[in-house]
Amino acid sequence: VKFLDEYRNANAVRSVIKTIEQTVTRPWTLMEICGGQTHSIIRYGLDQLLPNDIALIHGPGCPVCVTPIEVIDRALLLASRDDVILASYGDMLRVPGSAVCHQNSTLPRDLFDVKSRGGDVRSVYSPLDAVALAREHPNKTVVFFAIGFETTAPANGMAVLQAAREKLDNFCVLASHVTVPPAICAMMESPDCRINGFLAAGHVCAIMGVSEYHALAKRYQIPIVVTGFEPLDLVYGILKCVQQLETGQYCVENAYRRTVNDAGNVTAQDVIQKVFEVCDRNWRGIGFIPNSGYRLSDNYAPFDAERRFADVMPDITEDTHICCSGAVLQGQIKPDDCPAFGNPCTPLTPLGATMVSSEGACAAYYKYGRVTA
Amino acid sequence: MIQPTCPLPVLHYDKIVMGHGSGGQMTEELVRDIFAPAFGMPKQLGDAAVLSKVDNGHLVFSTDSFVVQPLFFPGGNIGSLAVSGTVNDVAMMGATPLYLSVGFILEEGLQLDKLRQIVNTMADTARDAGVCIVTGDTKVVERGHGDGVYINTAGVGVQLGLEGPHSGNAKPGDVLLVNGTLGDHGMAIMGVRHGLNLGDALCSDAAPLNGLVKALLTVCPNIHVLRDLTRGGLAAATHEIAQDSGVVIEIEEACVPVKETVRGACEMLGFDVLQVANEGKLLAIVDASDADVVLNTMQAHPLGKEAACIGRVTDVSDGMVICKTAFGSTRVMDMPVGELLPRIC
Repeated sequence: VKFLDEYRNANAVRSVIKTIEQTVTRPWTLMEICGGQTHSIIRYGLDQLLPNDIALIHGPGCPVCVTPIEVIDRALLLASRDDVILASYGDMLRVPGSAVCHQNSTLPRDLFDVKSRGGDVRSVYSPLDAVALAREHPNKTVVFFAIGFETTAPANGMAVLQAAREKLDNFCVLASHVTVPPAICAMMESPDCRINGFLAAGHVCAIMGVSEYHALAKRYQIPIVVTGFEPLDLVYGILKCVQQLETGQYCVENAYRRTVNDAGNVTAQDVIQKVFEVCDRNWRGIGFIPNSGYRLSDNYAPFDAERRFADVMPDITEDTHICCSGAVLQGQIKPDDCPAFGNPCTPLTPLGATMVSSEGACAAYYKYGRVTA
Repeated sequence: MIQPTCPLPVLHYDKIVMGHGSGGQMTEELVRDIFAPAFGMPKQLGDAAVLSKVDNGHLVFSTDSFVVQPLFFPGGNIGSLAVSGTVNDVAMMGATPLYLSVGFILEEGLQLDKLRQIVNTMADTARDAGVCIVTGDTKVVERGHGDGVYINTAGVGVQLGLEGPHSGNAKPGDVLLVNGTLGDHGMAIMGVRHGLNLGDALCSDAAPLNGLVKALLTVCPNIHVLRDLTRGGLAAATHEIAQDSGVVIEIEEACVPVKETVRGACEMLGFDVLQVANEGKLLAIVDASDADVVLNTMQAHPLGKEAACIGRVTDVSDGMVICKTAFGSTRVMDMPVGELLPRIC
């Protein structure tokens, strides 16, 4: 497949790894921000090929994983209503709500459970598919479960603009957007932080550009390398990061130029500006991070499911205590260090979202887990 | 002359109505007009069939139900699946499939033309496979209670060998062979569902494999395992075999044949091709000394031109499948969990 095979070329990847081997002189711990990067690293076994001095830890950049449990509960509740069609990205369907850790809960386990109880839950590829559902079902309220980082925010914003243009007052979004830079700050300021360099998420930067990261690199004196998702992209990003670390530099470097330019996608940024406003967010497993997300701005309040259904929304619930997905998301422990990993927590019986999403570090470990000879 | 003035009941509809499942005159008409001409002599299509006596060998019996949406897709329709699916299940036991039953659950409102098309495809596929459809049943459910057509088929065949291939029979040193590209059927269905509009570039591989199985067993009567790679794809099949046989199976990812269009569609929709369903592909696990002759026989057969050796059985274990990447690294290939879900990004 053109533009993929070139970046999965084994010889090219090996040659970059050789250069990394020649460059590295001492141990470094790098964090890849995005769950898509984690997925590729594990799927292609890239971490096995790197010199032992390079440790990769898997960042919080899986939107499915960090969506807080109370938002999942809200989605479960809305989806259970007779007057609602809930449309969602596919991998949100299996994320467990609070019923999984609180036996007495009357809430359904997950969106599949809602569906089996008669709720109308649809898996869509694009928020515009949800707008189309609203058009086709004027007697139902279509709620789009709008999660994701800066990457999905523009498309979700476009869906709101489209619904507004068409005056589709039966469309709304349950928005739980989060943003990368505040998460970097939260991790760097954690006393347990052992990160020496970041591989920034290429697609987030494709939207937002790289300007926000300069201040972070300077403040925390840490290299931030904008990195793509294919094996060659990833090893190249790692090389660039290691080169900076070995020479005592810390700056923002773009190792994903074929997709990311410094300014980002200005049109997409405009959509975000227009439709959303910055808000505080609770990150599942990590906790509360100020100014770390987007919610619908007041101008688009009628399209905000939280406001539309404010009187029926469930209270904030507590997450399970055995699951250590928070520490996993912050790179403090590896997934298989969690006492629940593999038993009782598996992709079939997940306790935390990191075991659900194929981008989640726990699921990636479980699915593609290592064989030690 | 006196004309009759009371309205006569209409018997000829262009769609399925509830009466078609009544067991009365309309059901009989459906059998007479659609099923019998396609499947053979009317006397054979009763509620039960008497089959010829089998003198030696074991009877093999299998059943499967088909609920695919869309009903029609590039490369086939629910009818071709319903025949190939059961024929293949019987064939994978190393048996020769002989007879099929067919049960239809039809939704009120289904166009008779569509039904006729499906039934004719079933008849053609059965003819290709050399099996007879000998008994059947039809029920009609109210509109909204079915997806047009559901089909159940059951098949009977005869296994002549002493012990046929089975999933607990893979041994360290064995070699894994597939008869062609993987993921074709699943992605043809997904392509239609998601409106990829790639036309025939994504085309189902649905086909009866009993002819190919016969050819393989002729050159190598001692095939250890035969599996059709349906739901869950190669990942699910190898996993089950590894567990049943208590072995480690190692897949060479770079050797697995996949069409470019299928690979592209999987990338776009976020699926792992090793977990995607096939309807005309089998996995044969054979002793290393038999691998060449089996592979050559596959490649000489019309349904095996792109056959390839994709891995081997390496060790005794409690059942594990390992994927070797093109980079030389490895990962564990797990059983797919539940429904295949596209990734968010």
